[in-house]
Amino acid sequence: MDDALIEKLGILADAAKYDASCASSGAKPRRGGKEGLGSTTGAGICHAYTPDGRCVSLLKILLTNHCLFDCVYCINRRSSNVRRARFTVEEVVELTLGFYKRNCIEGLFLSSGIIRSPDHTMEQMMLVARTLRRDHGFAGYIHLKTIPEASPWLIEQAGLWADRLSINLELPSDHSLKAFAPEKNGGTIKAVMGQVNERIVEAKEERRRFSPAGQSTQLIVGADDATDRSVLETSGTLYQRYGLRRVYYSAFSPIPEASSVLPVKPPPLQRENRLYQADWLLRYYGFTVEEIASGGEGGMLDLGIDPKLAWALKNRERFPVDVNRADREMLLRVPGLGARAVDKILSARRHTRLRMEDLGRLSNGLRRARPFLIAADYHPAGGLTDRLDLRQRLVTPSSQLSLF
Amino acid sequence: MHTITLREGADLDGFRRAVRRLAAAGTAPDKVLWSVGAPSLFGGEAALASEGGAPVFLPQAVGQLIETVVCHGDPERYALLYRLVWRVLNGERALLDQHADPLVHRLERLDKAVRRDIHKMHAFLRFRALPGPDGEERYVAWFEPDHHIVEAVAPFFVERFESMAWTILTPKGSLHWDRRRLMSGPPAERPDAPAHDRFVDDRFAEGWQRYYESTFNPARVNPTAMRAEMPRKYWANMPETAAIPAMVRSAPARVQAMLEAEAAVPRRRMPEKAVAAMARQAPDSLADLNRLIQRSEPLVPGATQAVLGEGPEGAAIAIVGEQPGDQEDREGRPFVGPAGQLLTAALEEAGIDRGGLYLTNAVKHFKFVQRGKRRIHQSPTAGEVKHYRWWLMTELGFVRPRLVVALGATAALAMTGRPVAVLRERGPMAFDGWNGFITVHPSYLLRLPGEEERRRAQAAFVADLRRAAALA
Ligand code: SF4
Repeated sequence: MDDALIEKLGILADAAKYDASCASSGAKPRRGGKEGLGSTTGAGICHAYTPDGRCVSLLKILLTNHCLFDCVYCINRRSSNVRRARFTVEEVVELTLGFYKRNCIEGLFLSSGIIRSPDHTMEQMMLVARTLRRDHGFAGYIHLKTIPEASPWLIEQAGLWADRLSINLELPSDHSLKAFAPEKNGGTIKAVMGQVNERIVEAKEERRRFSPAGQSTQLIVGADDATDRSVLETSGTLYQRYGLRRVYYSAFSPIPEASSVLPVKPPPLQRENRLYQADWLLRYYGFTVEEIASGGEGGMLDLGIDPKLAWALKNRERFPVDVNRADREMLLRVPGLGARAVDKILSARRHTRLRMEDLGRLSNGLRRARPFLIAADYHPAGGLTDRLDLRQRLVTPSSQLSLF
Repeated sequence: MHTITLREGADLDGFRRAVRRLAAAGTAPDKVLWSVGAPSLFGGEAALASEGGAPVFLPQAVGQLIETVVCHGDPERYALLYRLVWRVLNGERALLDQHADPLVHRLERLDKAVRRDIHKMHAFLRFRALPGPDGEERYVAWFEPDHHIVEAVAPFFVERFESMAWTILTPKGSLHWDRRRLMSGPPAERPDAPAHDRFVDDRFAEGWQRYYESTFNPARVNPTAMRAEMPRKYWANMPETAAIPAMVRSAPARVQAMLEAEAAVPRRRMPEKAVAAMARQAPDSLADLNRLIQRSEPLVPGATQAVLGEGPEGAAIAIVGEQPGDQEDREGRPFVGPAGQLLTAALEEAGIDRGGLYLTNAVKHFKFVQRGKRRIHQSPTAGEVKHYRWWLMTELGFVRPRLVVALGATAALAMTGRPVAVLRERGPMAFDGWNGFITVHPSYLLRLPGEEERRRAQAAFVADLRRAAALA
């Protein structure tokens, strides 16, 4: 690896870091075998963490940060004055294999600014994936960010080699998209999501490989005036209508070379965290967008407490819940009890009536759950759920807790 | 009191043998003393092996838990595991479901600790490439696990790096893979592994460090979250972590600078021309499109090359078949096989000049499975037909025929987007944007069994072609 390549790597990794998707999960187990290289395990592995607390799982780079588009929130937009660089297909292949062999990464996440034409760009990205798979027997994870303006045939080609395709929506509403990303078209983006979803479903039925780990997208929050409620509504639609695997939320982050259209101050990072928690409730805990939003004020989630606790505090009449009797749905709504703890409770209570001491071994969130539940030897004293200071008592100062 | 002495490390076999013997003798857990001896291959172990005992049948989950927990460093692990086995064998088959039971809870924590250790070793181990004696690269890693997991992680690394020769050195044992066989070796010490500064390695470590620094966003600095997932003790083995202190220190200043900077005024002129040119990216001629099809990967399995359409642009009639067959795939031209010859004969009979037609297929690649020497044709699925639709429609867009004749069900599906019963619906039909006509595929005629039936079907096919020609 020579100086020039290291220099390019610096530029093109820096330019890619604002994309939140980094996970390498969801691929079917696969191995490269005697001639090939690598494997996927299904769960994905984080190979390092950076001081921003996020994991390094994939080599996340841009093919190039030259771009003909001018999306205001993006550091790579054509009107920005950043240093530009461009990898060749072979260079990306070499870097991916080199780092993979040293066990630094699970695979590649490749994105790109748009050069020459969306088709040209998409084809170059597809060629990287094809070279890795076909010429090097690479069995690690490959995530390609599609260029929605590219022709359908190219997106189909990309799906043959990638584990996951993502199509970033970036902004939750068509009108902010129009204002902030003038060359982009919300309709095109969703049409491509629809196309990709259709292909994924067909391929599953016909037992072919097409983006087997599904598709994902990213939404930037805090750059426009969209409320959390409308962000979550967008996510809800994406999960239902387009079968998306994941929606990533990225709190708009100050960038060098910021455009004057953007807010000067970034939104609190906590907002992103709350959205991830809400998203989780949406996908795994049976909450509706309406219920989640009702825990906050004016369409915004409560930044001080997590959305499940916020909902519980506003719906105190439904608590306390008897852990020895309640059904799964209701147990999942007890703040502090995660899905794993609930499953353990359900299986343990077939053998014994659970006491507080037992629950302490089943869940790490008992301190928060306590006011909301009843156990064999415990009933919240004097209707603890009615106490006005309940919120204060449950909020841990400077809580950096995350569900993940 | 029975004393059982097991090998140092994760002595799963020794533990199994001991359990067999103890269970057969009905020895209760409080009558057993477990101790871990020197890593001796003789003495105690051989004696235990000869004592045998009947196999013990345990629920699968218990077996799995034992396999993991024996790797733990806690000297009490065998005693705890034997208490579990004892209770499971004495009436508590479903003991592991009782997550609130203190013994189960304790074992689950040991299990979790071992799994975490395994996971971290999968994640944080770093290979360095060293030039081997034969000029081939050998990948070497040093790692310090908390528990006795070296054997447990071996399958992961073998599977992932099967085509590489590598060595993993740890204070708890070592592994060597030569691309065919795995060998375990004795514990190693830090100096046995190449140091960071001997990292010849084509500067990959340097590149990796640069990547690591660049992927960090100073506006989101949160070292607590980082340390929770990547505790300090692992840092020594990871070349990238050397950069952490400086990254954290400089973060606030970097953010401050970004916030203070005036909104940028673009230095470059707006590349209006380039942006406008970019919008016109679709292929702008049939030749262009064909180049693109030739470059593309088949979307069906099989196929040695794409078979492109043939005939003059502006032809009055375009004929769309199913997909190339064996002969078409070899020659790279449409309708040259048996079905194509039949089509040519029928066209002649109908008085239509084949040279004046545009001939193409709904699917551009031959889909087949190999059976010995023979390549057996496979019909494309609805999904595959859809994959090719964009190409077909773009192609017809350049040819601009007055009429499109779809031969058979696949072509009809491609043109209409829905399943069509060809024999029932044959005749004129409006296609998506085209005047259309549906008839059978000539290969259907080839498959008909009776001479008489075939003659009649062929006549009907020729009649269809005549009708179509009259419509165009
Ligand atoms: S198209 Fe992508 S890379 Fe280009 S400016 Fe927009 S967001 Fe940035």
